[in-house]
Amino acid sequence: MLDPATTTYFGLPGYAYLWALTLLSFSLFGRQVLRYINVLREARRETRWDNPARRLKLFVVNVLGQRRLLTEPLVGAAHFVIFWAFVLFAVSFAWNLVRGLLPFLPIPWADDIRVIALALELFAVLGLVALAVVAVRRYIFTPPRLERSIDATIILALIALVLVSSLSMQLLKHRAPEFSLGLWWVHMVTVLGFLAYLPYSKHLHLLAAPFGVFFGSLRPGGMPSASEGASMRQDFTWRQLFSGLACAECGRCDHVCPSVGSGHALSPKVLMREVKDAVRASNGRQKPVPLLGDRVKPEEIWACTTCYACMERCPVFNEHLPLLIEMRRYLVLQGQVEHRLQETLSHLARYGNSFGASPRARAKWTQGLGFRIKDARKEPVDYLWFVGDYASYDPRVIPATRAMARVLEFAGVSFGILYEDEQNAGNDLRRIGEEGLFEMLSEKNQKSLASARFRQIVTTDPHTYNVLKNEYPAIGRDRRVIHSTELLAKLFRAGKLPVRHSLGQTVTYHDPCYLGRYNEVLEAPRRVLGELGATLLELPRNRKNSYCCSAGGGRIWMEDTPGVKERPAENRVREAASLPGVHTLVVTCPKDLVMFQDAIKTTGLERQLFVKELSELVAQAMGMMERSESHVAA
Amino acid sequence: MNILVVLRMVPDVVEELEIAPDGKSLNLEFARMVLSESDDHALEQALLIKERDGGTVTALALEAPEVDEVLFAALAKGADRALKITGPKEGVTTREAAHIIAGVISSEPGLKGADLVLTGTQAINDLDGLMAPLLAQELGLPFLGIVTGLVPNFSARVALATKEYPRGVRGEFEVALPATFGIQAAEKPPRYVPVAKVRAVMKSRKIDCVSLTETVEPGFSLLQVLEMTKPQPSGHAEILEGSADQTAGALCTILAERGLL
Amino acid sequence: MAAEFWVIVEHWKGRVSQITYEALALGREVADQLGASLHAVLLGHNAHELASTLGKADCVIYANHPLFSEVVAETYAEALVQLLKERKTRSIIFPLTNVSLGAATLLGARLRLPVVNFCTDIQFAEGKIQAHCILYGGKIESRVAAEGEPTIFGLWPGARPADKGFSERRPPVEEFAVSLSEPAIHLKKYMEPAAGDVDITQQEVLVAVGRGIQSQENLHLAENLAKQFHGAVCASRPVIDQGWLPLSRQVGKSGATVKPKLYLALGISGAPEHTEGMKAAALIVAVNTDSGAPIFNIAHYGIVGDVLKVLPALTKAIESRKGVGSHA
Repeated sequence: MLDPATTTYFGLPGYAYLWALTLLSFSLFGRQVLRYINVLREARRETRWDNPARRLKLFVVNVLGQRRLLTEPLVGAAHFVIFWAFVLFAVSFAWNLVRGLLPFLPIPWADDIRVIALALELFAVLGLVALAVVAVRRYIFTPPRLERSIDATIILALIALVLVSSLSMQLLKHRAPEFSLGLWWVHMVTVLGFLAYLPYSKHLHLLAAPFGVFFGSLRPGGMPSASEGASMRQDFTWRQLFSGLACAECGRCDHVCPSVGSGHALSPKVLMREVKDAVRASNGRQKPVPLLGDRVKPEEIWACTTCYACMERCPVFNEHLPLLIEMRRYLVLQGQVEHRLQETLSHLARYGNSFGASPRARAKWTQGLGFRIKDARKEPVDYLWFVGDYASYDPRVIPATRAMARVLEFAGVSFGILYEDEQNAGNDLRRIGEEGLFEMLSEKNQKSLASARFRQIVTTDPHTYNVLKNEYPAIGRDRRVIHSTELLAKLFRAGKLPVRHSLGQTVTYHDPCYLGRYNEVLEAPRRVLGELGATLLELPRNRKNSYCCSAGGGRIWMEDTPGVKERPAENRVREAASLPGVHTLVVTCPKDLVMFQDAIKTTGLERQLFVKELSELVAQAMGMMERSESHVAA
Repeated sequence: MNILVVLRMVPDVVEELEIAPDGKSLNLEFARMVLSESDDHALEQALLIKERDGGTVTALALEAPEVDEVLFAALAKGADRALKITGPKEGVTTREAAHIIAGVISSEPGLKGADLVLTGTQAINDLDGLMAPLLAQELGLPFLGIVTGLVPNFSARVALATKEYPRGVRGEFEVALPATFGIQAAEKPPRYVPVAKVRAVMKSRKIDCVSLTETVEPGFSLLQVLEMTKPQPSGHAEILEGSADQTAGALCTILAERGLL
Repeated sequence: MAAEFWVIVEHWKGRVSQITYEALALGREVADQLGASLHAVLLGHNAHELASTLGKADCVIYANHPLFSEVVAETYAEALVQLLKERKTRSIIFPLTNVSLGAATLLGARLRLPVVNFCTDIQFAEGKIQAHCILYGGKIESRVAAEGEPTIFGLWPGARPADKGFSERRPPVEEFAVSLSEPAIHLKKYMEPAAGDVDITQQEVLVAVGRGIQSQENLHLAENLAKQFHGAVCASRPVIDQGWLPLSRQVGKSGATVKPKLYLALGISGAPEHTEGMKAAALIVAVNTDSGAPIFNIAHYGIVGDVLKVLPALTKAIESRKGVGSHA
């Protein structure tokens, strides 16, 4: 049997060449990887060793199991095959390398073992088929937002070469040993070349992704820990910078991003590339490498609605949102805040609500209900209803708030509100980067909540729900915070809400970002719709795949950037209106109500589609809507 | 360049204003106080000048509810010193306030030598006079009001000031320093200061307190308020009721009747 | 000798301002109530001719000095101090406009005289000269009397119709000599605003926007409505300050005074600085979310609602009335 390590070429044994190539490849590889490691070491520290068991599980499911990729079955299966083929070939390569470099070792070549040889052949064939699938997808049916870069082409070619060389080497081992030997060298050189090229290409995700997933964020919504914001490379944490390295430029984030969808300034994929470029940039003589301002512009940073779709989709668990929030924190600390947002922040600081309205008017919506809502500051209640700014002050939302009140009163629920002491819960303030204002308002809220006596907190507002549940330390634990749909579902189960007029129509439902994607409350609203006798026809993008209305992240308080082709909310109502037989879009978030009402007007769909808040539908079904409160062109 | 900015708190009109039982004054018990809008611009103008040409900015205010936050915010924005005058009774008139403030300025060594004294051109409760000319008179300084641009030239001891006239006309004035200016609007809108910075400043810096040097006898304002009321809608506005579409339709009819369509 | 009642003549760029005539009309009434003679005090430079239109007054006191070619508050105050040494008066009415703002307070401060600001009316009642004043952006009214004479009144525009202050009569002119010190303030030049495309003072219909329009983005809603009327869009100060519309579109104290047939005040609170520029409009319709907004005090019709909803609804209503048909 021909042994490549001992065969002589031009007077030198094979292993000598192998050593030379290996050293070259490893040093090229090592040099760049070391550079990356140094950059990450310069960055801000962050501990991600907590909860090792949970992290291991994430690793198994998402790296070994490739779960996020499998949401697209065909491509997912192809990538799964390529991934495992790669694992197998990597092991066999490492084995063969050792054997080739140290020929005196009494171990066989990897492919001398029949089982391994068979496995290699099998996976080479499967791998090539998978490559064909992805190549066709990439070059013929190119999905939007997937760039056909040279890098990608090189990678595909190299992988193909690795597989072909291995396969043909196996097949020709006995029939053409000399040729097979040559193929062995082709294979090894290709892999060594691949290794050397790896750190310079997007295929670094091969090495980085497993770490990225293991060290992924376990914090709800990926909120970065307390900081003064970041603008230079070294201000970010190592994990935030790591996202740039792990990015495979697949474009799944862009595909679901409302900013990209409407032609706004932000592209999460481009953001990752900017981070990668910044990590690659050398800082001569320890000069700081700028990220914010030079590479990432403020308009991009402010365009994010914090809908979390990018992070939910990203197969390598990249952290787009924390990067943006860190830069927002920096801009806020510098006072570089757009004028309309500045006004809203001043209102919040001064009046505790984003409307600039008198705090004393917060509970004005309760007047004329026919019953008094308990003051949770003074008497104990089962449910403390944290109403929220929009539900309290916006005339378009108040009818839904009142409907909810009436439903709860009818069902005999013991509930109360904080009246003027309620402050904005601060969810969007944290997403804007105004941590100081969040602290100020949440302190006031926590004080009020600490002296009130209640079993659970309920709210109709998913933003409020998210922040109270996840970011108000003492309050959120023990399932103490629930969304109104969860309470309604519970009341229906207990038979407290008799339906007098079954809805009997086909409706569709928009999952709010902060309820569905962030907090996985998906079934309760659907159950309630079922109890109301409505037939639910799901939107194409539903549940955790829901498309953001783009009010979040403070965007509802900012000016729209010019040049927007179609606003996300307009896109969404068109999606709803396109469903056959559907004339009602059901929402469970006050901001959705406002955004979609506006969008229906600006798209001219007023006669075709109506948006209704779920509490109003419940009240309607129970026969208790006030006449003057049918809002929107009814 | 020493810049002194005089800040005043006024009742916030976002809240419902109540008349006191005596029928002659505002019920300040539930009124919230807010920084007078043009004083905010005066502070911003001072900070802009400091950033452009250097110097120190001192913010000065009478003790009032919520004034501490305003003074700390001024420090967080970049003022070098914040001074609070303690001792005055609640609800001083503009004239009384000016007298007290001028007294403190004249007696405090750090304040007397100010090159620029800036304050808002007008506040919503300036019944008995405007702050800027009152201060100017007491301090013996020249005065110019309704200023929207201010470029001092320290070495030449003059400032170029832009004043607003009707119909969008503006006038450029040369004013000898030191001088007092009533600022209508700063060259840029007042900057945002993040709450974290204000809170940090609250922990790390102090507001200097100085008690007033001049007492104000009753009747100092020389005015006697006979009555204070909320205006009766003078029978004018007929409010159209209904939804946006309904009121729009009703209005349309009215306009058509008047031949305006 | 009969008591005197003075009105300071405001003149700018060679013309007597409208507010002077309003003040004369008011002054005439009060002087008659007091049994006093009405004097118009004219401080100018070679401005003798201006005196000829001031016939509502019994007499014009005219001081001629080169320094009066610019209106500088200090110079006015200095001159009036000298005048008050020679003559007595019961009251002095100062017009409150951008031109001479500050002079009233300066004079009052120099001579320790009472100053009553923001006056909308003056009358003689209960044995005192009383003023009606508006404060807090128009949300509070006050009736005030002064302790001491002469009393200085700062008068808002619109207290009386200007034509009531005209007279064909040429009043006698008494010259008064002043000696003035070189002021520390000099006017170097005027800067006219960039010529706007539209002269809002010539429009019959104005669609005025204030803070309630919320963003520059929404201006097109106002433009659409204005088009329906062949009118123009104008604005209150906050919108101009933001740069959403040029200075030429500003209505109010630092902007233009307009008298259109229809003035639609959308999202404008109605602070006096704005209303002084438009309250003479024939028909005023206001839209504001705040039912207590002062604009409703001068509007003829009002809608309590969100401008961003009413505006498009109104445009649509007008379009359909005109038979333009439904739109996308």
